[in-house]
Amino acid sequence: MTLPEENVPRGRPAEIKAVPVRHYGRWVAAVLILYIAIWAVYSVANNERFGWDTINAWFWDGTILDGIVMTLELTVIAMLMGVVGGIVLAVMRLSPNPLISGVAWAYVWVFRGTPVLVQIILWFYVKALIPTFSLGIPFGPTFVHFNANDLITAFVAGCLGLGLNEAAYMSEIVRAGILSVDPGQGEAATALGMSRAKIMRRVVLPQAMRVIIPPTGNETISMLKTSSLVSVIALADLLYSVQIVYNRTYQTIPMLLVASIWYLVMTSILTVGQFYLERYFGRGTAQRQTMLERFVANLRVRSGRRA
Amino acid sequence: MASDDRPSLQKADEDDPVPGTGPRAGAPEFMVRAEDVHKSFGRLEVLKGIDLEVRPGEVMCVIGPSGSGKSTFLRCINHLEKINGGRLWVNGHLVGYRQKGDRLYEMREREVAAQRRDIGMVFQRFNLFPHMTALGNVMEAPVQVKGQPKGQVRERAVALLERVGLADKMDAYPAQLSGGQQQRVAIARALAMEPALMLFDEPTSALDPELVGEVLEVMKQLAVDGMTMIVVTHEIGFAREVGDSLVFMDGGVVVEQGRPRDVIENPQHPRTQDFLSRVL
Ligand SMILES: Nc1ncnc2c1ncn2[C@@H]1O[C@H](COP(=O)(O)OP(=O)(O)OP(=O)(O)O)[C@@H](O)[C@H]1O
Ligand SMILES: [Mg+2]
Repeated sequence: MTLPEENVPRGRPAEIKAVPVRHYGRWVAAVLILYIAIWAVYSVANNERFGWDTINAWFWDGTILDGIVMTLELTVIAMLMGVVGGIVLAVMRLSPNPLISGVAWAYVWVFRGTPVLVQIILWFYVKALIPTFSLGIPFGPTFVHFNANDLITAFVAGCLGLGLNEAAYMSEIVRAGILSVDPGQGEAATALGMSRAKIMRRVVLPQAMRVIIPPTGNETISMLKTSSLVSVIALADLLYSVQIVYNRTYQTIPMLLVASIWYLVMTSILTVGQFYLERYFGRGTAQRQTMLERFVANLRVRSGRRA
Repeated sequence: MASDDRPSLQKADEDDPVPGTGPRAGAPEFMVRAEDVHKSFGRLEVLKGIDLEVRPGEVMCVIGPSGSGKSTFLRCINHLEKINGGRLWVNGHLVGYRQKGDRLYEMREREVAAQRRDIGMVFQRFNLFPHMTALGNVMEAPVQVKGQPKGQVRERAVALLERVGLADKMDAYPAQLSGGQQQRVAIARALAMEPALMLFDEPTSALDPELVGEVLEVMKQLAVDGMTMIVVTHEIGFAREVGDSLVFMDGGVVVEQGRPRDVIENPQHPRTQDFLSRVL
């Protein structure tokens, strides 16, 4: 490429105005895919057997919306328990104290090694296994006394089952994140006189987050759907709610589609949230653009050129 | 060196009169004193009896072939590594141990951390915190470790960054800085803790040749200002110009030491002669 001499101002070279490489193949593929997509949507939308009327009628129904709220509550609580528990377990696991790291290892072994469905059921039947629960010194005075029936409701059992299981998985994710941080970081912080706890909180974890967040997003989306296991203890989450409906009306496929569309909506919102979290914790590092960022940047450039 | 915020250490000091650390009142005679220091990693003995003395205000340069234990010795000084034998004092305090009578007691992690506050360390690979700006890096330890008020620390951090010539890079993240700039931030970060002693482990070895000068210039200024420094380096020119003493290490022992000019121009030991003939 040659730049015309007169266009070059003194001191600062002119910005390059080149014709970008044309990706003709991409355009052909895009047209083809768009055509297939439109055809697919059109044929599904015009297929009576999908029961669009039913979907429409039930989509905003109170039963369904209550189910969504239950699903969201379970997901948020279980993931909070999972993330907090996972961090605690991961830090314990990396402790130089063999007792502490052994306890963390055993926790993961038990909670990751048994089906989450069984764990939910066991928590629900805790009242049968351990009817009363006291806090005090063994063989000594009792301070508080609980009745498992009042304490472990179906909702609490669901949260415990999902959250404690999730903590086991999260602890491995967090541990991988912590191990991914350059050991020189901890060394530099140690040399500055920081304590182990401070180093973890201020230096290591913020950097580990970059590695921790993508799989955590995965876990959250997975939890959104795994939480439907609570139907075994008769908690009416989204999936259980549509099941209740189609057991009455026999409109199985439309109702399952209602649930699926709602799950997709929730997943999409989570994906956007993950994007912003990743950007926040990626600050200070040269990062590759995500698909969405590239798209936005492209739009900006195009509209800028037109203006 | 004031240690008014560390009563435990002072108390420890009173019941272990350390031989050779000079008069109790005022500054100790030696900033660093190593006596027959041994260090092994498993069965590999890396330090085989190091004896050294660094006076307050002295700049000691350490040279030697790769694997001779230079980094390991520096890391022992601020207890990043635990020594297996001998004694090591910094500023009159035993490093990592407390002596009562004939017995040595290991210090708790908190006490070791408190000792490290007085020792700044600069690494070959900078090790800046990538998720903090240059200013954030410099402010981190005084705020988090010493609990000093942010406003006051910020003022000092800004002054330090100006002193290392980075007034315009306060808000840059490490990834946006050149190697030389990063290393200068790292020096400012160590200085923010107001250390009595600075350790440099090959601070210019990871830098492009044209960036070495700016870092050495900052270190030279620090030496002129009276900082006590131990500098592991391959920059013989710096050692000759700035160093008060030069130590040649090989195979885990100090082979030769003396005034830089004497050691460089007139090495006595054949291993020193051999090493210098290869690096000069
Ligand atoms: N954590 C460790 N575990 C086991 N061996 C180690 C460890 N750290 C250092 N060593 C060994 O100790 C020896 C001395 O290493 P050290 O880093 O002190 O050398 P050095 O003089 O700084 O060399 P260089 O000029 O290459 O930096 C080397 O043989 C090294 O392999
Ligand atoms: Mg080294």
